[in-house]
Amino acid sequence: MLRLDYDLYQALRAHGEETYPNECCGVLLGKHQPGIGNHVQQIVRAGNTRTDSAHNRYHIAPVELIRIQRQARSQSLDIVGFYHSHPDHPAQWSQTDFAEAHWLGCSYVITSVEHGKAVLTNSFQLLGTSEEDKRFHDESIEINLAATTAQTQEGKA
Amino acid sequence: MKIHIPTPLRTYTGGLETVSVSGATVHGALVQLTTTYPELKANLFNADGKLRSFVNVYLNEDDIRYLPEKEAAPTQDSDELTIIPSIAGGCCCL
Ligand SMILES: [Zn+2]
Repeated sequence: MLRLDYDLYQALRAHGEETYPNECCGVLLGKHQPGIGNHVQQIVRAGNTRTDSAHNRYHIAPVELIRIQRQARSQSLDIVGFYHSHPDHPAQWSQTDFAEAHWLGCSYVITSVEHGKAVLTNSFQLLGTSEEDKRFHDESIEINLAATTAQTQEGKA
Repeated sequence: MKIHIPTPLRTYTGGLETVSVSGATVHGALVQLTTTYPELKANLFNADGKLRSFVNVYLNEDDIRYLPEKEAAPTQDSDELTIIPSIAGGCCCL
């Protein structure tokens, strides 16, 4: 199970709408809770380096990842997953997504963006112990609405 | 020197994010790392003993593949090595 607050969920979906018709990508920071799943506490937008084919490919530069990992470390968080969008394609992982997924235990979140509007958001946890036995597992997303309510109230005050 | 371990590989370092090793070169540091944590070996290297293509190793801010000495690059105690698997994908089956 992937857990995150509603505002983070909205932010990663909005990112996909902004970059449409290109793919967006970003990193999920948080904590892995054994037996429960990944708990996202922060999302970090990343630049898509695949400017040659940004509508159907994404790639995060390793240097940017290192910077994000350092940022996570300074806040005692870990990289627990990644997100990207599928412009005018279903929110399901593709063979390319699977072949290029190497962060075992992490969550890969995919949002379908149809005609510029975010539609479905699904999460897949990469399970297994190595490249040879890795597999994507459909995981549920638990959205914490309470945090949003609190924030909205704060905003109004 | 310090080696930073990405989330998925911390299973093999007892949960440690940062491992301290001595080693005069990048290669020496990686050897020491995989000697201490043998299970890391198969995740980092292929059968020929080469770094797997999706495993990036950075010496401070530099990809070791692009350093003139590559894995033989000399290191100092103050250097940091970061192991970072690549992140990529795409939406369309081609
Ligand atoms: Zn994809």
